[in-house]
Order: sequence, then C-alpha cells, then structure tokens
Amino acid sequence: MPTTIPLMVREKRNLTGTAEYGTNAATTSEKVMIPVKGMTCAACQARVQRALQATPGVLDASVNLMLKNAAVTYDPMVTSPMVLVEAIHETGYGAELVAQDQSAFDEQEAQDRAQEEDYRELRHKALWSGSIGLLAMTLSMPLMGAAEADVHGPVADPFMRWVMESMTPTIRAVAPWLYTFTPWVLSYALTLLVMGWAGRHFYVRAWSAFRHHSADMNTLIAVGTGAAFLYSVLATVAPKFFLNRGVLPDLYYEAVVMIIALILTGNALEARAKRQTSAALRRLVELQPNTARVVRAGAEVDIPVNDVQSEEIVIVRPGERIPVDGAIISGTSAVDESMVTGESLPVEKQPGDRLIGGTINRTGAFRYRATTLGSDSVLAHIVKLMRDAQGSRAPIQRLADQVSGIFVPIVLSLAIATFVIWFVTADQAPAMRAFAAAVAVLIIACPCAMGLAVPTAVMVATGKGAEGGILIKGGESLQRAGQINTVVLDKTGTITEGRPTVTDVVPVLGTEWSETDLVRLVASIEASSEHPLAEAIVRYANEQSLPLATADSFQSVTGRGATGMVDGAALAVGNEALMADYAVDLTAVKEEVERLAGEGKTPMYIAINGKLAGLIAVADPIKPTSRDAVQRLNRLGLTVVMLTGDHQRTAEAIARKAGIDRVVAGVLPDGKVVEVRRRQQAGEVVAMVGDGINDAPALAQADVGFAIGTGTDIALEASDVTLMRNDLPGVVSAILLARRTMRTMKQNLVWAFVYNVVGIPVAAGILYPAFGILLSPILAGAAMAFSSVSVVTNSLRLRRARVA
Amino acid sequence: MSMMEWIVIIGGIAAMIWINWYFFLARQPVSNAGIDGEGVQEVAIVVEGGYHPAVVSVKRDRPVRFVFDRRERSGCSEEIVFPGFGVRKFLPAFRKTRLELAPAQTGNFEFTCGMSMLRGRLIVQD
Repeated sequence: MPTTIPLMVREKRNLTGTAEYGTNAATTSEKVMIPVKGMTCAACQARVQRALQATPGVLDASVNLMLKNAAVTYDPMVTSPMVLVEAIHETGYGAELVAQDQSAFDEQEAQDRAQEEDYRELRHKALWSGSIGLLAMTLSMPLMGAAEADVHGPVADPFMRWVMESMTPTIRAVAPWLYTFTPWVLSYALTLLVMGWAGRHFYVRAWSAFRHHSADMNTLIAVGTGAAFLYSVLATVAPKFFLNRGVLPDLYYEAVVMIIALILTGNALEARAKRQTSAALRRLVELQPNTARVVRAGAEVDIPVNDVQSEEIVIVRPGERIPVDGAIISGTSAVDESMVTGESLPVEKQPGDRLIGGTINRTGAFRYRATTLGSDSVLAHIVKLMRDAQGSRAPIQRLADQVSGIFVPIVLSLAIATFVIWFVTADQAPAMRAFAAAVAVLIIACPCAMGLAVPTAVMVATGKGAEGGILIKGGESLQRAGQINTVVLDKTGTITEGRPTVTDVVPVLGTEWSETDLVRLVASIEASSEHPLAEAIVRYANEQSLPLATADSFQSVTGRGATGMVDGAALAVGNEALMADYAVDLTAVKEEVERLAGEGKTPMYIAINGKLAGLIAVADPIKPTSRDAVQRLNRLGLTVVMLTGDHQRTAEAIARKAGIDRVVAGVLPDGKVVEVRRRQQAGEVVAMVGDGINDAPALAQADVGFAIGTGTDIALEASDVTLMRNDLPGVVSAILLARRTMRTMKQNLVWAFVYNVVGIPVAAGILYPAFGILLSPILAGAAMAFSSVSVVTNSLRLRRARVA
Repeated sequence: MSMMEWIVIIGGIAAMIWINWYFFLARQPVSNAGIDGEGVQEVAIVVEGGYHPAVVSVKRDRPVRFVFDRRERSGCSEEIVFPGFGVRKFLPAFRKTRLELAPAQTGNFEFTCGMSMLRGRLIVQD
C-alpha cells in the first residue's frame, strides 16, 4: 500500500539550491526523524548510523551529529519506527518517538504574538502622542500673533502656522486664560515626554545602528526630529544668539510631537497590515487541533496532540478535526481537505487511505494509525515551505535592495545640501526655511516602502496560493511563473487519470491463443513489473478471476516492454521497438494498431515464442478538468505541449481529446529533460508539469517545475510549485496568481521609487521658486507614514485577486 | 556672501564628506567564527539596531551555528534572512535564537533583516 506522504520534502539546502537526485523513491518507503540522545562525537554518529543501516528494512539512514537526530527511510512492510528506536537503544544511545519539535508552528505562533504586541504598543503610543500633539498645539496658540510681545517668532512650521492662525479667534473666545502665561515651557515638557517615551526607540535604534556604521529609517527620524528639537531648545534658552545674527528663534516643539505621532500611526497601520499578509499562514497553523483521542492500554484517552506517538491508533468521530497524519485502519468517511489541498468536495476515505492532520472528518467515524508527526507532518511541511517561501527574495527586488542599502546616507547628504542651498539663497528668514526644508527631506524619505514592496506581495501571494492548494517555493519561483510562455505537460497522471485500463484484447487471426489465454499469460509476466500499464493488465486479469502462473526470467526493458517465460512459453510484451529486437513480423495487425491508436489507446504487441500472437490495448482516460484547463492556458497566450512515451497516433488522439495541438510522442523518460532544454534554448520560458514519476529531472530543468498531487518526494524537491490537487486547474491558477503578483510587485516598486524621487525634491523646496510651495515637515511626516502603508495595502489587494 | 554663509557652505560640504566616509568607506572589523568541541563553527551576533559583528568570516564545508541575541523589540529586526541560503528565521525579542547553515561555496553572502535595511555579511573562505 503506497503510504509515502507526498509532502515529506527532505531539506537538502545548499548554496546552489540544486536538488540531488537518487533513483526514484520506491512508493512503499516511509521516512521518520528520530531524535538521538547522548551522541558527542563523530564516532557516536557513525555507530548509530551503522546500527540503523544494518537493521532489516532500512533503505537509508543518515545521522546528524549537529542536529542530534537520525533521518531514516524504511520499508514499512519490514520494519517500524519502534524497531528503529530499539536498534538505537542497543547501541547505548537514547532515542524516543515523540511528536517532534513543531518548529515551523512554534515559530509562526511566536512571530504572530510578537507582531500583535508590536502593533498594540505602536497603536497605544500613536494615540497618546497624537493627543499630546494636539494639546501642545492648543497651548501654543497664544504664540500666534504674539511675535511682537514675545521674542519668539511665529510658529515656524508653515502648516502649523496656517492651522493655528485659523483657530486663534475661536481659542481666544473659548479659553482666554491660555493667553495669560508663557506656554513654551509646557510645550517643551510635553515634547520631551513624547520623544523620551513614545519615540524613544527611534533614538535608541538610530544610535545603535550608527555605532556600527549602518543607518536606517530610524536614523532619518531621529536626526530630523532631534535637530528640530535641539534648535527649538536653543531658541528657547538663548533667543538672543539668533536675534543678534538676524535669525528668528523659531520653535518646532509641536512639529516634533506631530511628526512622531504621525510616524507611529503609520508604523501601527503598517504592523497591522503586515500581520494580515501572513493571515493565510496563521490560519494553517490554527488548523492543528490541540488534543487527540488515542487507544492506550485498551481504553480511549484524550491526550495533547504533541504526545501522540508514531504507530498509535487514533479515533476520530464525525465533525472532528483529524489530529495527526495517518492511514485508516477501519471505518470509512468523507473528509474535507479543502483547507490543505484546495479540493472543495469532501474526499471519500477507505481503509488504507491517507489522512492529513488538520483536515475535518465530515460523516463517518474511523480508527487510523498515526504515521508522520510534528515537524514531519504534511501541515508542518506546508507551514515550513510557506515560511521559507515568504522569506525568499524575488530577483525583481535586487535593485530595491541595492538602493535601500545606500539610501539613508544619501538622504542625509541631500538634507545637508538642502540646508546649505536654502541658507545661501533665501532672501527671507534663510535659516528658518533652510531648517524646515532639511527636516522635511529627512522626514519624507521612506526606505521602508522600497523594502516592503516585494516581500509583502510574495507573502500575500504564497498565502493565497496555499489556500487553494498551490504551494509556491518562493519569490523567485513566483517571478518566473509570471514569465512563463510555454507549458509542457506530461501525459500520464497529469492530463490523464494515470490509471490505465485494458480496453481491447485482439488475438491474431489463426493463432492458437484465445483472448483469455493472452490476458492470463501477459498478466503473469506483468505481475513482476511496476509499470502502470502492467498494473492495468494484472488488474484486468484479476477482475476476470484468471489464475496467474509463475513467470520465470522476467526482464523489464525500459521504454520497450517486458519479457519472460510462462508455462514454458517465451513471452515478449511491448512496443514496436521490442518486437524489432525479436524480429517479430507485425504486418498482420498493422490496420488494427492504427485503429486503436487513432482512438487514443496504447496497443501493446504480444509475441509468443518469437511469433506475433495478438494485441492488448490499454487506455488512460483524461481527467474531467484537463480540457477546460488547457483551453484556459491557451487563452492566457501560452503554448501548451504534451509529452508522452506513447505512439504518435495514440498521443495525437489523446491530445485531441484534451484540446492540445502540440504533441511530442515516443519520448523516453530521459527525453523529457532534452525536450525542455531544447525549448529553453529556443528562448522559451518553460513550465513543466508532472506527477514526479520519472520526471523529476525535467521538473528541475524547467524554468518552473510544477509537481502535481500524487508527486513523490523527489519531484517535490525538484519543483518550484507543488499542487496539492491532482489536476491541471491549479496550474492555471498558479500562473494567474504569479502574473497578478508580478504586477503588484512592479506597482509597489514604481510607487516606492516615484514617491521618494518626487517627495524628496518637493520637500527640499524645488517647487518654491516657481510656485512658492514649501512642504511642512509635519505633512512630510504624514506622507512618509502612509507611503509604506500604501505599499502593504496594495499587496493585500492580492488576497481578492481572482485566480480560479 | 557673508561670513556665516561661508561657514555654512564649508560646514555642509565637510559634513557630507564625513557621512559618506563613515557609512560607506569606514572599514567594519571582520570577526572570525570560533569552533566548538564538535567542530561546529560558532558565531554569536547581537541584534540591536543592526548586527554586531556585522561581518563574519567562516570556513567552507563546515557547519556554522549562528546564535542571534536579539536585544530589542523593534519590528525591523524581528526576522533574519540569508537570501543566498533561502533561509528566513524569526528572532524572538530578548532571546537567543540558533540558526544552522552549511556553506558549501566560498564567497560573500549578505544577511539582512526582513526588509533589507539592516545588513551583515558572511564571508565564506576555503
């Protein structure tokens, strides 16, 4: 019974990011990760590894000293994880089979908590500093028009001055007592409070970064607000110093408070939006139930899900969530797997069928055996894959990365240049204007928008993909998937059901063998083969209750067929090439072969004792969704190609049914890579879609490899996109999603660049000579706060993108 | 041009030169990884407004264990990303977080915060 969990992707990261290929993983193997205690050196590691490798049924064992664990691939028919643990115990080291560290889950949950706290704190500080800012502004009202009575000039910030001038008559009427004392002392105190409490982290981080020769957004905010504050303090305590030099001692207290309040507001909104980008991932993490009902000592007990052990019997009732991965032992049910695979209809489950932890049992009650746990479970793999994907970089981001690396020091230089130019050229209040413009430049510049432009889009897109059962490996895969212009589809298991059935058995005219004889003999040979076509013939013989004979000297000839001896007769079953090897004359069935192939069936020749005895035809019906998906791919302007090892006529017939007009037939397994490479050399951006049986190298060679539903570990490792559902619509959705994401990334990057390229010169006063426009530092603060929020918000729009 | 203006011009130019020298040209010290008893290269990095040390040198083909000690709550530094290794890790505030890599190629590899603002460099040598 094949129980390989398709998502058990071994992490084989290396710098080149290439996957290593072994032989195709046998479908009857399972993997388990066993924590080993007590290893201290390479000798311990070697001892445990040797012991495991010597255990019957172990196909591969690798012990990692650094991570203190053993990764074992074993044949579940021969051995079990319990036996493996025993083997480790015998070497003198400790090992136990518990649900492993759910690092991907834990990490995601911890990150969510941290982001939530971050958001709350920012919101709290933003509200308080905003309120204090308004209070400081109100207190400063008397300064308006008080220029002649007080040494201090009118409020320096042009925006603030406008607000205050408009409000002064009202304030004078409502609170005349405000005009009875000098308010700057209070403004000073309130500003200090906001800077020292709400905005403290800007200064602390800026200083910390500065000490290590780096600069970030905090540097800009700290320098901008810090300079404005110091200037105001100096103007407060030593106004004469300014007056003697013909400069008005301006005050920026309210401006500092308002800038900090606005930036904190922006940060809070950004934190909230950033949390939403990983909402899909959070929903996946929340799928994991907390408890499981298991059978222990003959009784049913509820235990924490992390205590479930491999091989334990778990009981699930209708309506409950399935706690861990496993395989049904008894009972049947329909299971809702939509949250993991995107399959909207409940899936019927029989004994032997695989279950995914986190999915919902709808109708029946059943018992099942737990298989993979903790960080080896399907859900944990999806979470890990998504976390890695969301942290990956898309190539499109390189320019933004390079720019943000040099951005802050350049902005600091521009602010200084702005100050100098204004100071030298302005004819009125040069110092005040120079200062306001320099501060505005520092405050308006926003490197965060550039930094967030691509990652937020990648996060939302990978989350949205996962909700539809499309797991995208990362930003680079996403970007390439958006550029695909050719889709190469493997036929068997991708376009077709991958479950061939026998349709015709045709004995040659005048032969001594009947239809039943031919089926029985061929099935006896094919019983030793693992080929899907062979399985179809054996199944057909079983359905007819034909007793199979023992085959001797069975030989499978790759890409041709099989040979062997049954009941003293020498059989060869396969294609034209195999018959040519045995010099079998095929003229008698030429027309019949043409007819069968024309119907999309795969005819196989049967030669007995060197003479043609008949034909057996097998057909693999196409999936109901294939034709529509191909049409949609065509409508997207993509070239669709079908690859198959079938005879040209058969291939063309199937392609016709699927609506594909480009067919490459007669391809041997290693020919798939060649075909993909040939198209790439012709300048096409090629996607390869396969179920991973024999096509892992082609998946890896393609610009984007799609591993479909029933894929093997190797295929998943080699692919860029994993489709949890076993049909083609996922390919269409993935390409649509990738294209939409690319568009969003470009919009974000253009916005982030244009915002800074336009915003900084405007803040510096470039519009002043022609239009008399000067930007207030407060408005600059508002613009900066909302520029990064707008980037995240634009990425969040992807959640509503229609890709189905 | 008044005296004051000249002072401002010269001061401004000097400040710009200094800023560019300080952030782009001033050399950052390279710190070498230590080796623990099991032959694993250990690198301790403090995360606080940046990475300290920010430039780390390690040997190729030997596992490297980073211990990131994040001493702040700023959302900016909550993630560490090694783009060349396809690794992204969440660093809880005020905790030490381990991260293991196995560099198989020599060269310079950047590590950054989740938003590419804070940067460090991993130098892998033979």
